[in-house]
Amino acid sequence: MTVDFRRVIRPVAIGTIALLTEYALLGTQQFANALTLGAIYALIALGYTMVYGIVELINFAHGDIFMVGSFLAMWIMTTLLGLSGPVTNLLNLVGLLSIVMFATMVGMGFIGMFIERFAYRPLRHAPRLAPLITAIGVSFILQNIISSLFGPSPVNVPQIVPLDKFAFMGGKIGYLNVFMVVLAVVLMIALQLFVGRTRLGRAMRSTAQDREAAELMGVDINQTIAITFFIAAALAGAGGVIQGLYFGSIKFDLGFFVGLKAFTAAVLGGIGNTTGAAIGGFIIAFVEVYATVLGYTQWSEVAVFTVLILVLVFRPSGLLGQQLGERA
Amino acid sequence: MTTATSKRLPSPWGRLRARAHDHRSLTILAGWAIVASVLPVIVMIPPLSTFQPESLWIDGFANAGVFILLAMGLNVVVGLAGLLDLGYAAFFAIGSYAYAFGASPFTNLQIPFWPMLLVGAVVAATLGILLGAPTLRLRGDYLAIVTLGFGEIVPAVFLNASAFTLGTNGIGGIYKPEVFGFQFTLENPVPYYVAMVAILAITMVFLYRLQGSRLGRAWMAIREDELAAASSGINTITTKLLAFALGASTAGLAGVFATSKLTFVGPGQFGFQVSFTVLAMVVLGGMGNIWGVATGAFVIYTIQAVLLKELNQFFAVLHVPILQSIDFVQYQYLLYGVALVAMMLLRPEGLFPSSRRRQELHATSEDVADVPPPTEALGA
Repeated sequence: MTVDFRRVIRPVAIGTIALLTEYALLGTQQFANALTLGAIYALIALGYTMVYGIVELINFAHGDIFMVGSFLAMWIMTTLLGLSGPVTNLLNLVGLLSIVMFATMVGMGFIGMFIERFAYRPLRHAPRLAPLITAIGVSFILQNIISSLFGPSPVNVPQIVPLDKFAFMGGKIGYLNVFMVVLAVVLMIALQLFVGRTRLGRAMRSTAQDREAAELMGVDINQTIAITFFIAAALAGAGGVIQGLYFGSIKFDLGFFVGLKAFTAAVLGGIGNTTGAAIGGFIIAFVEVYATVLGYTQWSEVAVFTVLILVLVFRPSGLLGQQLGERA
Repeated sequence: MTTATSKRLPSPWGRLRARAHDHRSLTILAGWAIVASVLPVIVMIPPLSTFQPESLWIDGFANAGVFILLAMGLNVVVGLAGLLDLGYAAFFAIGSYAYAFGASPFTNLQIPFWPMLLVGAVVAATLGILLGAPTLRLRGDYLAIVTLGFGEIVPAVFLNASAFTLGTNGIGGIYKPEVFGFQFTLENPVPYYVAMVAILAITMVFLYRLQGSRLGRAWMAIREDELAAASSGINTITTKLLAFALGASTAGLAGVFATSKLTFVGPGQFGFQVSFTVLAMVVLGGMGNIWGVATGAFVIYTIQAVLLKELNQFFAVLHVPILQSIDFVQYQYLLYGVALVAMMLLRPEGLFPSSRRRQELHATSEDVADVPPPTEALGA
């Protein structure tokens, strides 16, 4: 396999320079914060972008799928595994985390497929407005189911990863931050490999390009779209696990704002483009952390939406997206 | 359909319908007059009279009027022009704050209520244009997200710019309306009720005339096929912008009225729930049909404000084991969510659809061309 060096080296160089600049500006602590937040946004943004790429639907319920994922992880940790505090044995910790991660991702994947099957598939040929309204309905259903099951107030998540920090270049970084960013990056690389190198990934790409032509070539459209929703929801579930472990508490309406920010990330990166979504997630997180560092915490959401509107006005195709028509 | 029957068989009812069809605006005014005078009588009849005293009912109807106004405005944007606006509460907030700035001890201004109605509408419309101008040329679903973001930014700005808005505490002591020296009071809801009905009737006449006008037909053309509409010489951006501004101005009106009645405004009143509730009203009532949307708003508001509470008391009195412990008010948004999804899957045209919208929503892409010209009469 030949690698186009200009296509690889230039983005890597730009990315490295950008990260080093951020690091110099923000200091270790906030830099680690922004990267962790960015990992969460990126995982959710991937789901938005994949679903949009394949069925051209903004899945408003995706932020709430992330929220359900965080509650599912919490439920698995407390009720099924009976955890309540830090696990100090490294081997046990890795085992438990893998179980929680795997179970949450698979569980959320099936929930995503279920939602697609009953709420979106019947409307695949309906006017554009119909599935959008359904998606908002699904979002409210998910929020209210969770709030009636777990109550409307914030719920604590057991902090199973010890909050120890290690010194790093004059600052301190938590092991948790490192673990989360590494995990998110691993998942993203796995996704890239899946979409780019496997048979199912090829089916997904062809369905996104031209559904009818793909169907004529023997691609099972329903199955492909269902798998896309499965992966999107599973990634959101992984984001939910990180959210719970990192912030320690979760709430039923958490998905609304996080979902909006992740969507902004997806648009910023160029909707339909998975690499773009990941990069967008980190950029949005840095915007938010900057607002906090400069002392405008309560304006951070306003800043993010301003970014969204500016991107839509000046570069609607996003950083890496290809030009889309005015209306598909 | 009905008009055809009435020509063959000129029954008194048929003749009435034909006359109503010829004088639509008068019919709407008469319709509102009848509805407005019948409602206070209906609520004196048991079991409705046992729920709450009549003055509370009247008060509730005036509040329901605010939501009817909101639903009629959103109907222009979503139902007629087919643009999904998810931040509609933002314009409601802008109208509310406009009145609070114009008539409260906080700013030491006391501009009368009636001119403020116009000011609220114009301010909201202006912001609608400012938001719409850069975003309306985008794909429809981007617009939904931008409006969703806008709907969050506006209350956030009112919350955080506390030097100008008193932040979380909100602005209180806002002046009540006055008509020719007659001062509205909180004790007597009847003047508010009458004023609301008047505003509703006039707005509805306006919207009905607009719907049948060149502009209204242009909106529907864009909703059905934007490309074809543009090819037929419709300036899609201006037309969409007008729909957006008009919807926003209606929300501004509603905001001014609601604030003058509540005499208080705070950033917590304009969350996403408000936008969502109004959207549910429009969708359930029947997108594109003004009477349907108004009925949907009225029914949903009444269910939410009165019946869910009554249901709680009803089961509490009867001591039904499981139902007794359920707080129905708590589940209203779950119910809306289920209703939205069920509606889209089973009856996308709403409970009281416009005939044109129904055909459109049930048509597959092949027979869209067969949709006949609009024939809808009143309440069709």
